[in-house]
Amino acid sequence: MTRTEKKQLRAGLAFTSLWVVGLAAFTAYPVVASLYYSFCDYSILKSPVWCGLENYQQLVHDGLFWKSLRNTLFYAGLSVPLGTAMALGLAMLLNCETRGRSLYRLLFFMPSIVPVVASAMLWLWIFNGEYGLMNGFLNPILGLFGLHGPAWLADPSWSKPALVIMSLWGTGNAMVIYLAGLQNVPHELYEAAEIDGASAWQRFRHVTLPTIAPVVAFNAIMALIGAMQLFAQAYIMSEAANGNGNASDGNPERSTLLYSIYLFSTAFQDIRMGYASAMAYILFLITAALTWMAARLSRSRTEDAL
Amino acid sequence: MSREHTGSRWVVRVLLAACSVAFVLPFVWLVSTSLKPIEQTISLPLTLIPREYLADVGGRNVEVTLDFQVAKPGAVVRYRSGADAGKLGFATAAQLAHGLDAALVHPVDAGDWHVTEKQASGQAAGQPAWDILARDRVSSRVHFRWDNYPKALAALGGDAEADRHRVGFWTFLGNSLVVAVLGVVGTVLSNAIVAYGFARLRWRGRDAFFALTLATMMVPFPVLMVPLYGVFKAMGLIGTLLPLWLPTWFGSAFNIFLMRQFFRTIPEELSEAARIDGCSEWRIFWRIIVPLSTPVLVVSALFHFIFAWNDFLGPLLYLTRKDTYTLALALESYQSQNGGVQWHYLMAASAVTILPVILLFLLAQKTFIRGIATTGSKN
Repeated sequence: MTRTEKKQLRAGLAFTSLWVVGLAAFTAYPVVASLYYSFCDYSILKSPVWCGLENYQQLVHDGLFWKSLRNTLFYAGLSVPLGTAMALGLAMLLNCETRGRSLYRLLFFMPSIVPVVASAMLWLWIFNGEYGLMNGFLNPILGLFGLHGPAWLADPSWSKPALVIMSLWGTGNAMVIYLAGLQNVPHELYEAAEIDGASAWQRFRHVTLPTIAPVVAFNAIMALIGAMQLFAQAYIMSEAANGNGNASDGNPERSTLLYSIYLFSTAFQDIRMGYASAMAYILFLITAALTWMAARLSRSRTEDAL
Repeated sequence: MSREHTGSRWVVRVLLAACSVAFVLPFVWLVSTSLKPIEQTISLPLTLIPREYLADVGGRNVEVTLDFQVAKPGAVVRYRSGADAGKLGFATAAQLAHGLDAALVHPVDAGDWHVTEKQASGQAAGQPAWDILARDRVSSRVHFRWDNYPKALAALGGDAEADRHRVGFWTFLGNSLVVAVLGVVGTVLSNAIVAYGFARLRWRGRDAFFALTLATMMVPFPVLMVPLYGVFKAMGLIGTLLPLWLPTWFGSAFNIFLMRQFFRTIPEELSEAARIDGCSEWRIFWRIIVPLSTPVLVVSALFHFIFAWNDFLGPLLYLTRKDTYTLALALESYQSQNGGVQWHYLMAASAVTILPVILLFLLAQKTFIRGIATTGSKN
């Protein structure tokens, strides 16, 4: 290394030194420690004791673990496609030349910055079986068929769809990103397609979609990673809607026992930190695999479309 | 062609209007509930506008609650004998025909409303005056109960009389502000410095280190949760606000990435000219890059403020004593202690928690939306 190279390295490390410390203390160490704990019997009170693969073996036979995984996949499988479709739909509406566009954008975006605790409270109230706004709308319509709106969060078969509906309210963030993507599509492409006699659907399929596909794919992956880690909404709403028991029970009938909630309660209520770390690492692997798969999928799609 | 366009323009307009209603209605419902008296939050059919009902009860025109509709015709009577002698009661037509020992006060039709005088909380307990009246004898007017707000905020901290070491709304607000403001300062300062190192300096290992930095964004928080708790416990910081803002002073991958992208767009000639003039890198950073980068610094600051203000899992993990609770955690704890009964207070407290982020967003709307658009599409 020459003297200038050394000087440059020193300057580079000096500027990034805070991050070197931050990365080591708040990311790298936890990632490694978590892996180690996952092979240990560990409560925060005593030092970890190596137990090999025992945690992982136990997890395979843990019914609640599988239940929480299924619940989470159900939630993610509904909320991510619906949320992506809705965000894209809204963005396309906003991309049309209409009056009051910025006001609409404001209205659609606003819910996505509402504090999660407050929005959980609000939707808890909206989903109230008796006096909630949702059934207030549904009951007159369902009443025509002799039906009645469900108890939503208090009903095991409707509690997860309720969480999905709530998540759709917060799609504004993705919408803004898609809108920016749509506005980057060159106008000439649409004009050329129109001259060639392409229908609205064909214009969408062959002009719009290929240009924004990478953006949509990237944001859908991020949404999926986020959905796999959903915690606060389910934690607050399941307890509150069912009144009794513990926030981490996943009431009713464990229908909202999401992966993060089971992990959190294992770690901080049962104080089984080794077991929780094993769960965390499985989540890590699932997240990594999904990311990799989706990235590959979207890349080949994009190439096909182009 | 043009007809098709006008047609589709109308479709777009109708769809936009319908979606706006769907997105705004929850907010309207929130505010509406927060301004209602409790009995109007749990009455059917649902109403959107909070009202106040007035009627002549016990010889005075007072505010009343509409309790229920009487199913059968009958009369309000005053009993002459028995345990309830001298008191008012409701008797059906059949009971009257059987010779009930009571004086007729006035007859009642089926469908008339049972109303009760509304008593201010804390008023001496006694039998509130009531009556059964035809609906047109009860007048109503729109009335927003703004006093729900101070009451809700007072309730947030716990029972005023029962708890001597009471902490209230202002403590929670203060805690939220400490976490958010110190976090914003840390985020902006630390990430700008670090991003300068990645964006404007050339050094061996830089690109590999940056790739590693990006990779850490994929690590789910639950993986870090247990060891982080251990770290802060070892430092004796559990139960303090420090775990919520201290890490922001040491950089974060997302913000480093965001700022690096921006710093790279600033022409290199500016730095070169300054270097030739003998400026140190620190001076170039501070005097040239920072002043030119306000947009991205503001975006980071806004994002972090909102993140910190809205965060629930962090406070839930690290805060143990009520006097350290942030507003979000206090709201959750109020709800879990009181159950879903006092919807009007719960909605008022939620509205107060939401208000700062909405105001901040409205003030900095353009910056905000531009920031999100750039972070989401340049990957």
